[in-house]
Amino acid sequence: MSDFVLKDAEAHYGATRVLGPLSIRIAAGERVALIGKSGAGKSTLLSLMFDRWQAQNVALMPQALGLVDTLSVFHNVYMGRLDRHPWWRNLVTLARPWRRDIDEIVALLDEVGIGEKRWAPCGELSGGQRQRVAAARVLYQQGDLLLADEPVSALDGPQASHVMAKLTQGYPRSVLAMHDLELALAFCTRIVGLKEGAIVLDAPSETLSSAALQDLY
Amino acid sequence: MALRPTTLVTLGFIVLALVCLALGDFEISAHDPWRSIGQLLLGLIQPDFSSVDSLSQALLRTVAFAFVGVGLGAGAGMLLALCFHRWWVRTFSAFIRAIHELFWALIFLQSFGLHPVTGVLAIAIPYAGIFAKVYAEMLDETDPLPLDVLPRRAGRFSKLVYARISQAWPHLVSYTAYRLECGLRSSAVLGFVGMPTIGYHLMAAFAQGHYSTVGALLLVFYLLIGTLRWWVRPRLLPVYLLVAPFLLGTGLPIMWSNVARFFSEDIVPAPLRRGEGLAALWEWFAQLFMNQALPGIWNTLLLTQIALVATGVLALALFPVISRHFTGRASGMAGHVMLVVMRSTPEYMLAFILLQLWGPSMLPAVVALALHNGGIIAHLVGRRSNELQLRQDAPRGVDRYTYEMVPRLYGPFLALLFYRWEIILRETAILGILGIATLGFYVDSAIQEIRFDRAMVLILITALINIGVDVLARRLRGYLRLRHGVNRQQC
Repeated sequence: MSDFVLKDAEAHYGATRVLGPLSIRIAAGERVALIGKSGAGKSTLLSLMFDRWQAQNVALMPQALGLVDTLSVFHNVYMGRLDRHPWWRNLVTLARPWRRDIDEIVALLDEVGIGEKRWAPCGELSGGQRQRVAAARVLYQQGDLLLADEPVSALDGPQASHVMAKLTQGYPRSVLAMHDLELALAFCTRIVGLKEGAIVLDAPSETLSSAALQDLY
Repeated sequence: MALRPTTLVTLGFIVLALVCLALGDFEISAHDPWRSIGQLLLGLIQPDFSSVDSLSQALLRTVAFAFVGVGLGAGAGMLLALCFHRWWVRTFSAFIRAIHELFWALIFLQSFGLHPVTGVLAIAIPYAGIFAKVYAEMLDETDPLPLDVLPRRAGRFSKLVYARISQAWPHLVSYTAYRLECGLRSSAVLGFVGMPTIGYHLMAAFAQGHYSTVGALLLVFYLLIGTLRWWVRPRLLPVYLLVAPFLLGTGLPIMWSNVARFFSEDIVPAPLRRGEGLAALWEWFAQLFMNQALPGIWNTLLLTQIALVATGVLALALFPVISRHFTGRASGMAGHVMLVVMRSTPEYMLAFILLQLWGPSMLPAVVALALHNGGIIAHLVGRRSNELQLRQDAPRGVDRYTYEMVPRLYGPFLALLFYRWEIILRETAILGILGIATLGFYVDSAIQEIRFDRAMVLILITALINIGVDVLARRLRGYLRLRHGVNRQQC
């Protein structure tokens, strides 16, 4: 399992540089929270990481979630492991899923609290429910690194903590763009602060307090 | 005052149509046209369902040919759509859809004969070209994000099915269902060249002057199309598709030697077949072009331009009958029924009926094209008008029509009309088979004279003109900046 390293990485929008140059290494066991004002480059950094590392075993949970509205909750979660099965099995699953897959996925859905919606098309769900489906998908997918952009922004108090716990436990490493500082401090081991496309803070979370982070905003 | 581009283009088209009108032949040559119309109306009021056997047979065959043809077309179209990024697939699709079902039928009649394969392929091939284009557009319009978040190593097929086709699925299904309605019309019309569908029985009933049977056939046809959404259910579709091939009838056996000869000899230009060299081929082509293609093209374009403007006028006049800004509940219903009847009747069928009533000239063709296409555009513009919100103190009546409605709807209306331009041209060419001297007339004559090589060249020319008009219409839409909502209703 190779390390995840960015070295002097940059991102451009047209001719303007919107991110970097910056370097960062994500070691095993690290749970990194990206924080910063909106527009500071959190999402850009995440998609840059996905670009660079997608050949490795990376799962992505983008802010727009990437759900297929016309498919059921079950199938959207199942899509996390399309690569583990031959095409014909995936095709049959569309019409008639295997019992084993149903049991496994429903267990996951129950954990994030939407098990009863398993056969509802995603297009019919509320924002919070959709976010939990996307979370279940990356949990089902598994891998060496999770990249998630505001994964719990539409969830309230206890539910947000619960899903955050699941996501951070489900992967050996994770990088999560967060706007809720309390949650970031509670569930992540390392805080990376971004400002105008540059890293201005990089510290273990136990050394930081939510008040200290306010400076970034 | 400087004229706006839309006004300028509109005036241009009207002037062109008037010039064409002066050049065309629009005489009613029938003995007593009003009597025939009266007889037909009487037949519609007093339909004769007594020949139930042949009626239900005709209905069954019409449905079976439509299902098998559209089903095969949809399957092939999906395969083409998946490689639509390759230029040769796009060109191939454009080419096969530029040739009308009836031309395909004429081609296959000469090779496979009166076998069900002829009818099925005649529908499946052009439909595959249309499906390919529309399916490809629908797949392109899907959100790319689900594809991005899929595991990278997922198979191509699984990615396609889960992340693209699944998103487009509702659109694919509703478009295919709509096409099925078109397929029913195509299937009915194939009867006019000998397939055992409604058109065949309609022709026979007319020939014998059985107007009450004609009435019964027409009513059954409207009923079939009007009730489509009740009996075509997604869950029932697989059943229909499985059963339909067994209901096509047997027809006459295929003579494989005929098929081989047709494709290897008959359609090869005569000078080449006889080994007379390129000079002779050029001579042959020049003769064909000057004596048949040119007059055919001239008449086809003449008729198309008149029919296009007549369609536009009719559509603008009729859209209020289904617009909530002009009608109440009851009158709106009546308007709907009228437009449904207008757009459900295939141009070819209408033209055939009007030709029987009025005798041969361009008039039946123009009226048939305008009624059918005008009905479709009026329906679409009317629906669009229902989305408009008027202020509460908006004027009423003619003022509302001229000040509130037409200025807002004229852009979409023109866009729709230009979409139908190519379709009207396709149909105009085909109406020649009925005896109006458009391209179809020369194709049909060449086939009657067993000169398939000439027929093929004329069909190819027709296809090229279709493609040309399509390109021109797209340019015009671009020039006038007519943005369209996605409108794919085009049969």
